Amino acid sequence: MEYKITTHSELETIEIAQNFESEKFPNMIICLNGELGSGKTMFVKGIANALGIEETITSPTFNIIKEYDGELPLYHLDVYRLDGNTSGVGIEEYFTKGGVVVIEWAETIESILPPERLDIRFKVVGENKRVLIITPYGQKYEELCEAVL
Amino acid sequence: MNDVIILGIESSCDETSVSIVKNGCEEIATVVLSQMDVHANYGGVVPEIASRMHVENITIVIEECLKKANLTMEDITAIAVTYGPGLIGSLLVGVVAASTLAYIYKKPLVPVHHIAGHIYANNLERKMEFPLLALVVSGGHTDLIYMKEDYSFKKIGGTLDDAVGEAYDKVARVASIPYPGGPLVDKISHEGKDVYSLPLPLDDDSYNFSFSGLKSAVINLVHNEEQRGNTICKEDLACSFQSRVVEILTKKTMRALKEYQVKHLIVAGGVAANSGIREKLKELCAQENIDLTFPSMKYCTDNAAMIATAGYFAYQLGRRSGYDLKAKATDPLN
Repeated sequence: MEYKITTHSELETIEIAQNFESEKFPNMIICLNGELGSGKTMFVKGIANALGIEETITSPTFNIIKEYDGELPLYHLDVYRLDGNTSGVGIEEYFTKGGVVVIEWAETIESILPPERLDIRFKVVGENKRVLIITPYGQKYEELCEAVL
Repeated sequence: MNDVIILGIESSCDETSVSIVKNGCEEIATVVLSQMDVHANYGGVVPEIASRMHVENITIVIEECLKKANLTMEDITAIAVTYGPGLIGSLLVGVVAASTLAYIYKKPLVPVHHIAGHIYANNLERKMEFPLLALVVSGGHTDLIYMKEDYSFKKIGGTLDDAVGEAYDKVARVASIPYPGGPLVDKISHEGKDVYSLPLPLDDDSYNFSFSGLKSAVINLVHNEEQRGNTICKEDLACSFQSRVVEILTKKTMRALKEYQVKHLIVAGGVAANSGIREKLKELCAQENIDLTFPSMKYCTDNAAMIATAGYFAYQLGRRSGYDLKAKATDPLN
């Protein structure tokens, strides 16, 4: 099953993220893929906002991982700079720490991703228009999508 | 009064560095081992390689620095180390080395925030005078910090999304300018003209910055030109982008100086090496009679001299850590 959603503004992208947050559970894994400027970090801002995190979500590109305290902890990862070299970084530890894990450029670390997860691909189709292709893997994530979308 | 000699260790990203600084203002010796050449092959810093190389380098760099200073561990008053923020694996190497040394030689261990280090790098140029405003610009940070006195950091604004150095790197990526993108964009911007229409990002009443929108505007511009079959002039793109960045950074900085009635401005962080920012701030500060300090080029990038310097002031204020100091990937400056 694959869902396709079109958003016309950053605000609409944020709203979709907020809907997902409302159905959150510990160790929820959301993988974001899509080119630079396609709205990945904006999506994470939506999740953080709904988790009650007041801190500004800034890009984790430089530090790879940023952690925030909310209703559940939020682990915001950008693995672009790893270029697939994940050994010794401890990425896997975040999958079972009880928080919500959002990974930007997740496709570059495909081999270590848990089989059950939510994949979202962002496609730029216009200046502000984006198509989100959402694919759930595993029953929990299928139910999540049915509840939210 | 006895001299206070601090040994500083910095390993938060891709440089392994150890430095010995006397009384927070006099650099005795610094050794920096950069992994830039290794990382250039990957188009960025690779954390696993970074931490592995730090492990290989750290003891050599410590020994080399002591030798260069003609000192032994007995001469050292305290050990200062960057505990964060940064790449956790890289930070750990410095923190463990510093804790171990402090434990073996029974020296006080002083934890230093990486950004405090960048700010205090200016004290190696000349004595910092308070109150002051610090503009911190780097790959991971873009902050305006008001300092009433030593070690009092009040953040009055910061980036809401991408850091300025990161925006430079991403624009370089889109325009196929090789690593390290930021310095190259700065360099070629002088060969170009400000001809591309790009927005002035977050031009509002706050002291916050946003570079994500400007980045997207550059991406859209490149895509649109490609679709029309035009080639982008990299020099012009670099110039247009840098013009917007410099304009917004300097505009908000100058306004903050006025509002907080501050006569001293210091610039800190890797992007303090950016020629556009330097030139514009020099011009504006001269007009407004503001005292402006930049770290010299060698202190702009990550180095342990700045950590030993900030460590001196932290030490004087009684800041200490146990030997179980934890490295932190993210941590607010305070």
